[in-house]
Amino acid sequence: METLAMHISNGIINGPVAAVFAAFALAVLTLCVLRGRRDLDDRLAPMAGLVAAFIFAVQMLNFPIFTAGVSGHLLGGALAALLVGPWVGALCVAVVLVVQALVFGDGGVAMLGLNITNMAILGTAAAYLLIALLLRVLPRTPAGLGVTAFVSALVSVLVASQGFVLQYWLGGTTDLGGNLAGLAGTMAGVHLLIGIGEGLVTATTVVTVAKVRPDLVYALRARKPAALAPAVPVTGGVR
Amino acid sequence: MGAGHAHVLYRESTSPVHRLPPEVKIAAMVVFTVAVVATPREAYWAFGGYALLVAAVAALARVGPRWLVSRALIELPFVLFAFALPFLGAGERIEVAGLSLSVDGLLGGWNILAKGTLGVLASLLLAATTTTRDLIIGLDRLRCPQILTQIATFMLRYLDVLVGEARRMRVARVSRGDDPRFLWQLRGFAAGVGALFLRAFERGERVYLAMVSRGYSGRMPAVWQGAGAATAGQWAVAATVPVAAVAIAAVAVVLT
Repeated sequence: METLAMHISNGIINGPVAAVFAAFALAVLTLCVLRGRRDLDDRLAPMAGLVAAFIFAVQMLNFPIFTAGVSGHLLGGALAALLVGPWVGALCVAVVLVVQALVFGDGGVAMLGLNITNMAILGTAAAYLLIALLLRVLPRTPAGLGVTAFVSALVSVLVASQGFVLQYWLGGTTDLGGNLAGLAGTMAGVHLLIGIGEGLVTATTVVTVAKVRPDLVYALRARKPAALAPAVPVTGGVR
Repeated sequence: MGAGHAHVLYRESTSPVHRLPPEVKIAAMVVFTVAVVATPREAYWAFGGYALLVAAVAALARVGPRWLVSRALIELPFVLFAFALPFLGAGERIEVAGLSLSVDGLLGGWNILAKGTLGVLASLLLAATTTTRDLIIGLDRLRCPQILTQIATFMLRYLDVLVGEARRMRVARVSRGDDPRFLWQLRGFAAGVGALFLRAFERGERVYLAMVSRGYSGRMPAVWQGAGAATAGQWAVAATVPVAAVAIAAVAVVLT
């Protein structure tokens, strides 16, 4: 059976369900805007832009998993949650999705609510809950951070893919009969592979950033306020 | 850096569609897409009407059909899903050329194909006639929260930073004796992805601080200067397409 890229295109889910999820996404994003404004300072603003650009770039790499139309791409929810926090992180992913829908036609505009719910809200929320939990449990070493990044990225991708299954169950335009379980299984299987790739990219990126500029990692900043704050960021002499 | 941040899909021209302010084009495109999605799938004639509208706008914007079709291939995975549906769907079945196909699946496949294609074509037309900079100005004028337009502005700016930094790192690797080919490029890329992110951030941070020191406070000057905002006449001109689409959708809903 064939499955599809993460962005839901127009006409796959019926209108009423799309409208409900659009209202849900709008409500959650409003909350994110209100909470995110507090977070967005001079250090986070360029970081949020770069995280969004990075996610935009990796989402362009659609890699085929099997030859027959199965493709997927990295989502970036966990990376965003780790580096800029859950509120701004969800906004970053949402901005990527909006621009892709408006400019590239990747994912239908009328289905934006569904896509934002899956990738920006569900993916980032699942990732951040896991990050908050794992950072408390695991040792405070680069390896611990790497495992946290890997696991949260993997789970967030799976959660996002099952969000699509839920939406298809609620309002798929074609009745697949007993194939819904098959759809769930295929989505989970494919996204397990994507999740491993996403986990590796997220873990290497976050561990590198945490080693050189720990002040830039939001998830670490929230845990130990004002400790170790390097007043003079040692940067610059690279080029 | 400097001038010319136009993206790959933008088609330089001075057609009437290009000259419309971005906010009216975004609004028109969104309303058009919603009208298409709300149309019942059995109203085949309605989709012909939408296609005519898209073709008229494309002709007016001087965007060729070949350009549109080749860029529309992005929805290929969904098209494959659409072709799979007739075999997977449940319920009543019909025989076509010796194949047992589900009627519901056939209609569902058609639904995805027609609505998906029209949506992709509409957004391609928007992209072909609007630069990304104008797009963000348009979103801002449509009362999009500033935090979102700010993230979007930096995202589009930093894309170039990211690509440039990746190119520099690749040149550095190659000049030190690395010989990346096809798939093996991935290994070098994966090993360097963290470094790439950090380097791009540090460059981006300097860009941001330079902007702040020149008076940037969250919005680009073109927005708060307010010049070039849409007039009532321009709204009326751009409204013709979505109004026609909504009329078609309304008739289709009543008839089916």
